Amino acid sequence: MKKVLALVLACVMVFALAACGGSGKSSADTVTIGVFEPASGDNGAGGKQETLGVQYANSVQPTVEIGGKTYNVVVKYVDNESSNDKAPSAAAELVNAGCSIVLGSYGSGVSIAGGPTFEAAGIPAVGITCTNPQVTEGNTYYFRICFLDPFQGTVLANYAFNELGVTKAYCLNKLGDDYSGGLVKYFIDAFEGLGGECVHEEFPDGNSDFTSYVANAKAADCGVFFSPVSTEAAQLIIDQVVAQGASFPLLAGDTWDSNVILQAAKGKDVQVTVTTFYPEGADANFDSSIKAWINGDSTNLANNGGDDTVAAVTAMGYDAYFFALAAMQKAGSTEPAKVMAALWDTEINGVTGPIALDKTNGDAIRNTAFVKQADTATGTWIALDPVTVG
Amino acid sequence: MDLRKDKKKDALCTAVALTGMLVVLLIMELTMKSTSILFTVLKKGVIYALVAVSMNLLNGFTGLFSLGQAGFMLIGAYTYSILSMPISVKMGESVYKYYDCAIGIELGIFPSLILAGVIAAVFAALIGLPVLRLKSDYLAIATLGFAEILRAFFQWDAMGPVTNGANVLRQYKDLTKVKIPFTNIPFPPTLFCFLVSGICIAIIVLLINSSYGRAFKAIRDDEIAAEAMGINLFKHKEMSFVISSFFAGISGAMLAMFQYTIQAAQFKTAMTYEILLIVVIGGIGSVTGSCIASFLFIACNEWWLRFLDESSNNILGLNILRSGFRKVVFSIIIMIIVLFFSKGIMGEREFSWARVRAFFRDPFGARSRKARKAAASEGGEP
Amino acid sequence: MSFLQNSLPYILAGISVGGQYALIAIGYTMVYGILRLINFAHGDVFMAAGMFMVFLSASLPLGVAVPLVLLLTVLLGFLIERAAYKPLRSAPRMSVMISAIGVSYLLQNCALYFTGGLAKVYPQLPWLSDTVTILGAVTKRVTLITPILTLVLVIGLSLFIRYTKVGMAMRAVSKDFETARLMGIKVNSVISTTFIIGSLLAAVGSLLYFTNYASVTPTSGGMPGLKCFVAAVFGGIGSIPGAVIGAFIIGICENIIKGLGWTTFSDAFTFALLIVILLVKPTGLFGEKATDKV
Repeated sequence: MKKVLALVLACVMVFALAACGGSGKSSADTVTIGVFEPASGDNGAGGKQETLGVQYANSVQPTVEIGGKTYNVVVKYVDNESSNDKAPSAAAELVNAGCSIVLGSYGSGVSIAGGPTFEAAGIPAVGITCTNPQVTEGNTYYFRICFLDPFQGTVLANYAFNELGVTKAYCLNKLGDDYSGGLVKYFIDAFEGLGGECVHEEFPDGNSDFTSYVANAKAADCGVFFSPVSTEAAQLIIDQVVAQGASFPLLAGDTWDSNVILQAAKGKDVQVTVTTFYPEGADANFDSSIKAWINGDSTNLANNGGDDTVAAVTAMGYDAYFFALAAMQKAGSTEPAKVMAALWDTEINGVTGPIALDKTNGDAIRNTAFVKQADTATGTWIALDPVTVG
Repeated sequence: MDLRKDKKKDALCTAVALTGMLVVLLIMELTMKSTSILFTVLKKGVIYALVAVSMNLLNGFTGLFSLGQAGFMLIGAYTYSILSMPISVKMGESVYKYYDCAIGIELGIFPSLILAGVIAAVFAALIGLPVLRLKSDYLAIATLGFAEILRAFFQWDAMGPVTNGANVLRQYKDLTKVKIPFTNIPFPPTLFCFLVSGICIAIIVLLINSSYGRAFKAIRDDEIAAEAMGINLFKHKEMSFVISSFFAGISGAMLAMFQYTIQAAQFKTAMTYEILLIVVIGGIGSVTGSCIASFLFIACNEWWLRFLDESSNNILGLNILRSGFRKVVFSIIIMIIVLFFSKGIMGEREFSWARVRAFFRDPFGARSRKARKAAASEGGEP
Repeated sequence: MSFLQNSLPYILAGISVGGQYALIAIGYTMVYGILRLINFAHGDVFMAAGMFMVFLSASLPLGVAVPLVLLLTVLLGFLIERAAYKPLRSAPRMSVMISAIGVSYLLQNCALYFTGGLAKVYPQLPWLSDTVTILGAVTKRVTLITPILTLVLVIGLSLFIRYTKVGMAMRAVSKDFETARLMGIKVNSVISTTFIIGSLLAAVGSLLYFTNYASVTPTSGGMPGLKCFVAAVFGGIGSIPGAVIGAFIIGICENIIKGLGWTTFSDAFTFALLIVILLVKPTGLFGEKATDKV
C-alpha cells in the first residue's frame, strides 16, 4: 500500500516537472504578456476584476503587429496570493515564462515586493492600479498608468473638507498594508494642512470585528469615516456602521470602487463616496461590449462579483493591455530591454483617458480623479463632478 | 578497528559529495540564466532548510515543543535589513517615508548576518527565562504568543523610526550585492545561500553530536532521568532555545536578502506551521530529513504544481483546473504523507553511506524509495 | 451616565464576541481533555460552517438551510476525526497534531478553491440581524442573544456530561484512556461523540459570529480559532467552565483594548494575558495540576 502510494506521489511530481518544462517557452511568432495579479487572499476580488480587463482586451485583440510581423499574444496569469512573501516566486514564474512585459499588480505591497525580481531579470512591469509612490521609486523597471496616493489623498481630503464640510475625520487602515497605510498618511497630511483634525487607527491582519473602531469614531465625534482598505474589510465596516446607526459618511479610495461595496451598501442607510480612475458610462461603447462579454461567460461573471457593473480597475486593466501592445509596437521588438526603452515615450488614448508617462519615475501624468457615490436604493454608482488638481 | 576505518571513509565520501554538489551548483549558476525559477526555489529551499533544522534542534532533539520560529526569523530579518541598509537610503525619503530613521550606522553583509542571529538569540534568552519553565503544549502556545507579540511590537507606530512601522523595508543589501571578498565580482547568489546555510547546519550537526547534544537527547527522552543523571535541565533547555533562535535569526536575515523586501506582516503563525510541517514530513529528529523535506515542500508549493492553476491545461472539457486547485492538491499530498508515512521521509534516521552501499549491493531486496530520494536530491549530508 | 454610554458599545461587543469564542473554545477543550490533542482544524470547521451557510442559503429557504448547516458541520467534524485522527491513535502525539494542521490546510484550500478566493457575504438572518437600541447604544440583536444562548448551551452540556451515561464515559476516558477502555467503554464512539458536540457548538457559534460580522473568507477561521484556543488554555485546558470564562475574559479585554485606542496591540494583548496567567498558574485558571510520575 505504502509503496504504491509513494510511487503515485513520485509520478505526480515527475509529471508536474515535465509539465513545467514543457510550458513557458515562447516560440517565434508569439509574444507573452505576464499578468501579475492576486486571485486569492485579501485582494483576490480586486485582482480578479483587474485581470478581467486584460482578458477582455486580449479577446478583443489577440494579435499584434510588431515590426511588420504578426504575433499571437499569449497572456500568462500568475496568482501572487496578495502576499508579499509569495510575490518573488510568482514573479520568477513570470520571468521563467519569457514575458516581454508584465502588467500588475492590484495592491501596492506585492508590486513593491515583486519589483526587484523583474528588475533583476530586466523585464519592464507596468502597474495598473498600484497607487503607492514606492512602487516606481528607485525601480527603473516599474512603470504605472494610474495616479498616485499623494494626489488621491489630497483629492479626498479636499472633498471631505470642502464638499462635505467636516473638520474632524476618522482614518482607519490595515496594519502592514502599504496601500491603505500610505493613502491614510497622505490624507492626514492634506486634511490637517487644510486645518482639519484626524483620529488615526489601525486594525490587525485577520480582524473581522469592527465594532470598536466604529464606536471609537462615534465617540470622537468624527464627521467622516475614511478607510481605504480592501473590499473584504470594507463589507464588514459598512455593515458595522449601519448596525451602529452611525450618521457619518464613508469615504475611500479606488479599492472601494467595486460592486462588492455596492452589494454591501444596497438598501442600507449609508453614504459611500469613492475616488476612482473610471466612471461607468464615460465610454458607452466600451461599457456595452464588455458587459456583453462578462455576461456571456459564467466564470467571468463570478470573477466580476456576480453582476456586470464595470469596475474602474477592469477599465484600467483593459487600457494597460493596449498600452503594453503600443509599447511593443513602438519598440518594434518583443525584447524586454527594447520594450522598456520604448515605454517612456509610449502614449495612447485609453477609455480611462489619455495615458503618458513622466520622465522621472515612469508614473502616469494624470491630474483628474473621478468621484462616485453609491446609490443605495438601486445599487449603482452615481458619478459626481471629477476633481482636477494641479 | 574496522568501524573506525568505515567512519573515516564515510566522512571522506560526505566531503566529496558536498564539494561535488557545490561545484555542480557553481557550474549551473555560471552557465544557466540566473533568473531561472530553479534557482529561486533552491535559494528559498535552502533558507527554509536552515530554519527547519533549527526548529528540529528544539523539537526533535531537545523535545521542547516551541512554535516561536517565525518570531525569531522576524527579528533576524529586521535586524539584518536595518543594519545593512545604506546610510543614504536611511536618510532619504524612499524607505523611511513617514519617519526619520533613528539608526545612523551601516554595516557590511557578514556583520549584519551575525548580528541578526545574535539579536534573535538575545531576545530568545529573555523570552526563555520565564517560558521554558512551562511544559509541552503550554510551552507551544506561550512561544506562539510571544511570536505574535513580537510581530505587533515591530509594527508599532512608536517603533517607526527604527522599524519603519508596519511598512516594507527595502533597498538594503540583498543577494545581488554579495561580492567575492577583496574583489568587485558578484558572488553567485545561490551558492552563497548554500554556503551560509551549509555552514550553519554543519555547526548544528556538530553540536548535536557533542556532549551537549547527548544531554539534549537525554532531556527529550526523559526529563526526570536526565535530571537524576546530573544534567542541569534549565541550563540545557535555555541553551538549545537560544542556539535554535540564533540560527532562525540568520535564516530570517537570508530570507530578507532573498526577498528584496521585508515586512513584519508575513511572519504569521502560518509560517511557523509551514516550518513545523517541513520538520515533521522530513522526520522529527532527522537533520537530513528536514533538509530534503524543505526542498520538496518549497518546490511543490511554489513551482511544480503551478500548472494545476491554469485553466488552459484542462482536458476533456472538465473545468476542475482553476486558480486554487494547486493548493488543494498540495494539501492532499501533505495529508497522504502525514497519514501513511507518519514517521516522515527519514523517520529518526540520518542519511548514511552504509545504507547507500547496502542499497547498491541489493537494489531489489531493499527497495526503499526513501533512501533513493535522499541520495538523489541531497547528495550527502554529514 | 455618559461614561456608561461611551463604554457600553465596547462591553456589549466584548460579551457578544466572548460568547461566540466560548462556543468554539469548548470544542478545543473537550478534544484536548480526551485526546490530549490541539485540534488546529477546529477553527476551520467553524469557517466551513459559515461557507455551508453561504452556499446553502443561496438555493434553500433559511428554515431548511440552518438545520442542514448544523448537520453538515457535525458530519464534517465526525469525518475529520475518523479519517485524519483515528488512524494515528497509536502514533506519537506530534503526528496527530500535524495531521490536524494538515486538515486545517486542506479545509482552507478547499474553501479557497470553491469560493475562488472571494469573500462571501453571509446571509441576513431575519430577527437576529435587526438593530436594537439599548441604553443609547445601537447594536444588532444577535449581540444580546449570544451570551444568553451560550449560557443555555453550556448549562445543557454540563448537565449532559454530568448525568448521562455517555457523559460519564467521556469523563472516564478523559481521566484515564487505557483504564476506561479496559472497563468496557467504547472509546472510539466516545471520541466521535466529543467531536460531534464540538462541531455542533462551532456551527452554532459560526451562525452567531457571521451574523454579526457578515463576511466569510477561507481564512476567517484562523484568528478566531487561535484566540479560542488561547481562551481554552487560559481557563485551563480540559475544563469546560474554564474555557467559557476564559473566552468571555478575552472577548471583553480585547474590545476594551481597542476602545482605549491600542488597536495595534489588540491581538498581542490576548497573548500577553495568556503568558502572564501561564507563568502564575502553569495549567491555566481552572486546570488540574499535573503531577510528574517518578
